[in-house]
Amino acid sequence: MWHDAVLVAGKDLRIEARSRVGLWQVVPFALLVLVLLAFAIGPDQAALRHAAPGIFWVALLFSTVLAIQRSVAVESGEGTRDGLRLSGIDPAGIFLGKAAAVGLQLLALQLVLWAGVTFLFDVRVHVVWLAVTASLVATVGLACAGVLYGALSAGLRVRDTLLPLLVLPVLAPVLLAGSKAWEAALNGNASSGTQWLKILVPFAVIYLVVGLVLYGPLQEAA
Amino acid sequence: MSEPVLVRRRPRWLDVVGVLGVVAMGFTVWLGLWVTPPDVVQGNLARLLYIHPPIATVALYWVGLVAAGGSLLYLWPRTRSLFWDRLAASAVEVGAVFSALTLVTGSLWGRPAWGVWWTWDARLTSTALLLLLEIGYMALRRVPAEPAIRARRCAVAALLIAIDIPIVHFSVDWWQTLHQGGTVLDPGFDLHVHGIMLWTLGLGFLAFSLIFVWLLGVRYQVEVLQDAVGDQELEVSLTERWSEDTELVGVASGDRDPHAGGGAP
Repeated sequence: MWHDAVLVAGKDLRIEARSRVGLWQVVPFALLVLVLLAFAIGPDQAALRHAAPGIFWVALLFSTVLAIQRSVAVESGEGTRDGLRLSGIDPAGIFLGKAAAVGLQLLALQLVLWAGVTFLFDVRVHVVWLAVTASLVATVGLACAGVLYGALSAGLRVRDTLLPLLVLPVLAPVLLAGSKAWEAALNGNASSGTQWLKILVPFAVIYLVVGLVLYGPLQEAA
Repeated sequence: MSEPVLVRRRPRWLDVVGVLGVVAMGFTVWLGLWVTPPDVVQGNLARLLYIHPPIATVALYWVGLVAAGGSLLYLWPRTRSLFWDRLAASAVEVGAVFSALTLVTGSLWGRPAWGVWWTWDARLTSTALLLLLEIGYMALRRVPAEPAIRARRCAVAALLIAIDIPIVHFSVDWWQTLHQGGTVLDPGFDLHVHGIMLWTLGLGFLAFSLIFVWLLGVRYQVEVLQDAVGDQELEVSLTERWSEDTELVGVASGDRDPHAGGGAP
């Protein structure tokens, strides 16, 4: 399973590295969301600083949808999914691999967003370990839930419009807990921030386990 | 081929449940609006509490039980049958109606009691998210596919939604309590219900549960009919195509006869 996962993740990341869709479309889109939300809030520096964690996570969530759509699109070519299924790779391995590839891209994206938030809204993370832990755990949850719903919508003609409707409400707890944890990290309030990890960790674990179990049946349904 | 499915009557017990539900509802309305006294604290506003908690109970628990249970039983190879799939799908659709009603009745109560139609309270937020999740499921359901494939896809989606609901609930619960200690949330919700008011509330629970079972049954029948119509249409269009083909072949061979000899390409 692990070997298969590494193979699939390597394949997806190689495709991304060569096509540069993530670099030239997803990353600029995430930064665009930062700027647009800042426009919506207005030039009040205090309000922006207050809203910065929420803006960061909304941008991340929207970009996650794009990253998942991209991850599904990679397999949507003529017979590609069947090829993957017939290759004898363990479905759990495919799930882990695709989730790992999406997760790594999301982590890279978060570094850019972090820089963007610091630069645009003049905020500084005071409790770095909290922000990093929250981001890492949330990334696992986002990637696992995202890949699962991606598989659910794979092969549908209405995939592009259906996926955001399905996945965004499901990711809402990550948005909530993530932005609250980041808020605590920005304010240097570690103790209230760790509470929110109690949402992020179960979310990640549940979707990881469910994904390992359900990805096989889902692949057959696609 | 093209027959009795469409005229199949729904079972008698379903009609009985429907009639009982309507009667119970009538009594609830009568007791709630005319017989019970106004509440000491909330006055006439308390009358909304005879229907709001029952609706919310149906929307959360009955629907959750049937939808998640049906999906699970469909995915389990031994109990796999389209019955469970249709039952779960019907439950989600009826559930969306009840979730919406929960929000509407809650909102009607919130406006005079809290002064706002909507507040970012944990329960409101999680119910709204539940409604959105149900709408997502219905959108997925509407995507055309083979019945078995659609059933499997929808069953997985329903289970994913079901595991998300407790997480959503806890997260918004914390979100509310951590940062907004004393909110507009009125402790008056914790009414001391007794006497005729308690009976009315109990009857409300019964009425809405019966209505839920009735709607679920009717929706299930519609689901069966929809599938039957789909199959029939397919067969009709297939036969039409076949007859077109034979006509064409007939015309073609009739045409060809006079100019016999030149092998048509």
